[in-house]
Amino acid sequence: MFQAWRNLYSKSDNAKAYSLLSPALFLIILVMLIPMALMLSFSSFTQVSMMEIDFTPTFQRYIDFFEKSLLVSLLIKSVKISFIVTLITLLTAYPVCYYIAFYVKKNKMLWLVLLTLPFWTSYLLRVFSWKIILGTKGVFNSTLLGAGIISEPLTFLMYSEEAVIITLTHAWAAFALLPLYVSLEKIDFSYIEAARDLGLSKFEVFWKVTFPLSLPGVIGAILIIFIPTVGDYVTPALIGGTEGRMLSNMIQAYFGKINNIPLGAASATIMLTTVILITAIVSYTTKRLTQRLS
Amino acid sequence: MNENFIQINGISKHFGNVKAVDDVSFSIKEGEFFSLLGPSGCGKTTLLRLLAGFEYPTNGNLLIDGSDITALPPDKRPTNMVFQNYAIFPHINVEQNIKFGLRKLGLTDDEIKKRVDDVLALVKLEGYEERFSGQLSGGQRQRVALARALVRQPKVLLLDEPLGALDKKLRDEMQLELRTLQKEIGITFVFVTHDQQEAISMSDRVAVMSEGKIQQLSAPNELYKNPENIFVSDFIGETNFLKASTRSKDGDHINVAIEDLGDFKVKNNLNIPENSSDVVCSVRPESMMISRDKSDWDICLEAKINQTSYLGEMTRFYVEVSGINKVITVSSQHFDNQSFENNTCFISISLEDISLLQKK
Amino acid sequence: MNEKNNSLLVYTLIYFGFLYIPVLFLPIFSFNDANYMSFPLAGFTTDHYEEMWSKRNLHKALWASVKVGVVASVVSTAIALLAAKAFVRYKFRGQNVSYGAIMMPFLIPEIILAVSILIIWINLGFPLGLVPVTIGHILFCTPFAMLILIARIEGFDFSLEEASRDLGENAWGTFYRVSLPLYLPGIIAALLLSFIISFDEFILAFFLSGSDATLPMYMWNQMRFVKKLPHVLALGAVIIVFTTFIVLLAFWLRNVGQGKEKQDIAIKL
Repeated sequence: MFQAWRNLYSKSDNAKAYSLLSPALFLIILVMLIPMALMLSFSSFTQVSMMEIDFTPTFQRYIDFFEKSLLVSLLIKSVKISFIVTLITLLTAYPVCYYIAFYVKKNKMLWLVLLTLPFWTSYLLRVFSWKIILGTKGVFNSTLLGAGIISEPLTFLMYSEEAVIITLTHAWAAFALLPLYVSLEKIDFSYIEAARDLGLSKFEVFWKVTFPLSLPGVIGAILIIFIPTVGDYVTPALIGGTEGRMLSNMIQAYFGKINNIPLGAASATIMLTTVILITAIVSYTTKRLTQRLS
Repeated sequence: MNENFIQINGISKHFGNVKAVDDVSFSIKEGEFFSLLGPSGCGKTTLLRLLAGFEYPTNGNLLIDGSDITALPPDKRPTNMVFQNYAIFPHINVEQNIKFGLRKLGLTDDEIKKRVDDVLALVKLEGYEERFSGQLSGGQRQRVALARALVRQPKVLLLDEPLGALDKKLRDEMQLELRTLQKEIGITFVFVTHDQQEAISMSDRVAVMSEGKIQQLSAPNELYKNPENIFVSDFIGETNFLKASTRSKDGDHINVAIEDLGDFKVKNNLNIPENSSDVVCSVRPESMMISRDKSDWDICLEAKINQTSYLGEMTRFYVEVSGINKVITVSSQHFDNQSFENNTCFISISLEDISLLQKK
Repeated sequence: MNEKNNSLLVYTLIYFGFLYIPVLFLPIFSFNDANYMSFPLAGFTTDHYEEMWSKRNLHKALWASVKVGVVASVVSTAIALLAAKAFVRYKFRGQNVSYGAIMMPFLIPEIILAVSILIIWINLGFPLGLVPVTIGHILFCTPFAMLILIARIEGFDFSLEEASRDLGENAWGTFYRVSLPLYLPGIIAALLLSFIISFDEFILAFFLSGSDATLPMYMWNQMRFVKKLPHVLALGAVIIVFTTFIVLLAFWLRNVGQGKEKQDIAIKL
């Protein structure tokens, strides 16, 4: 009996850690991995009629996808929009984080709260607020009309790719700010002083020291914005109209009114694969780029 | 007095491929101040944690006062521990910390009050009941940790380098206090430390550990005077090693040839065999004499002083003996760096002070 | 760098304006006495707020969101607490892979999570409604809760738990008397923030709720009708104020007893 007790207690760190992790891993497997595997298998089936699905495995749905120029163009557009949004967000958010990390001394706490707060507020409402601004009778148009700058409402504001890009940039900014700030804040200031001491100019210090050291945050921000925005549904549905439509809106349609679950599953799988491939390439090249920089 | 109060029988603890404790057996006496001494990574803390129940042995068993505790969880053992960082609960005050372990002992309120008051007096912390960990100094935290463990009246108190975080002066004070306290209450102490001076000055017996094994277990003066191997000789105090080889035995003495010095007859406590070249002679710096003139000791060598360091109560000389390509350390309370002209001196060794040790 | 950088300061202020001003239009127009959201403002009214009292569907949706939020936040915080402890306390084989796996729902496009849960749920023959939404939210909230808890538990002195065991408490007594009180601010912060995430979550609810609308679903349905927009604005304004309050409370709690500014960051990557 003692031997049994001893085995129970002398569990290694591995065993202890995994017993603590088991509920989380169980959740991931049951609610994410198995459903995703099932989605993958559904992408090989055929929707025969509204209620009926043929379960013979086939690659036909993937062929369907690439034969429908609409789907392919939506995929390309989704990736393009996400890419632009990621780039704009990074470029605009980086100086803000840089300022707070290196220049703010007083009331840092207040700045940090301001930085984090939008992250938690309703995504739906953040997107919706742009509908108020960009709408035909919205804030923008009514102000310009009132000021006499324009005589007719600008209709291109809403329901366009640009509107989607602006809205996404705003709605996802909070996701970029945090990883960027954390990585900049971590940088030991003595590195920067040492670099200045060794005769590098401010500009060189930034490119050779600060930026490479902040790279984990840059990659984090890229992942955290690019991946979800490719699959964003709310913004194109509310703001995008026909012009700003993205792949998610079609996927939703396949699961909804078009009712072609296999094709929807195939589209979702293609979206996921694309996203994974692109992020792998992006993080790899960014890492290589830094190695060359430093 | 129970000679085998704590019995450690063939205990091993492996972490993956690392043998932190490797087949160790010994006993600790009741009421003894026992120290586990060794460099970091030698297995002393693991052995203490095995006694406390935070680790379970890979092999072997542990007995305290005759009962097998090998498989008992920490809360069922008659031991209590003073942690290295004291582990004072930060969310409750000193009094609640001390009472923490009394809940399950089934005491009445009066008994609890008495125990707490007594232990507070014992560790001189009266008046600090309402303080929190953050409001205490290092020394006070250490007293709380001690009180919290002692209030449960354990059979064995385990102390994991409890003085390591204190500054030198406070540490010396606490050494004396701990020793007095232990004699007063008579509880068996198992004390882990890497500080040889601490172990030697406080303990009844010391087990020197290295690489998961006990290198020597004896009283402090024995450790110093009669080290059983090179590790102990080197780890306890300072010493000079001289290469040697044994010749013929002569009773409890043996003839040795010390490299570059000649043949001598020294005591052979460890019963080292004849004609072995795997031996060294160990001579403590303070057992040698340094002088201006030649002496009539067993060995007297002319030497040149390379370097001196003045330590207050003594001076340490690093000398080069003519004919030996080796720096020898000698300490002296009589002379200092001003004492010798032209840096020439004589160093004398008594054969009685030479310990003969075997290489591994 | 002790020098000042005024151009960066101006830029930063403009950026924060860009972040915050659009959201402020919701409360502004929620008090405007008109159906269109345009300048100049037509006059002050609280009608849109009063209107909320009479909407039975809104009350139903609010109750649904609260139910889902409470269950999802409690379950995901419990799961996340165990996982966070494993990551902070132990070094183990497969640590990075496990961490990546648990963080995945945070990264993968939500629509993919939603669609795959939808497929398995309807193929198991279960009806859509609040149950699958709750399950989805548990999956989605767990990585957030875990990040918050890891930030809080990091640097926790685990010898306190050993000390408790040593002083005669068993595993449960130790959890109750030592770990729980010390983790509590972090646990409450994780509960509050997961509740907020679930409360505001839209995509999973959109695919899985069927006819049982949550609050974001209710707003979504109302947004299509111009006439109903003003009271969506009022509702949105209330939600934003409520969210902000809860988030600030969570921040404050998370920082109780933690002086270091670095730990003020909710998300560590």
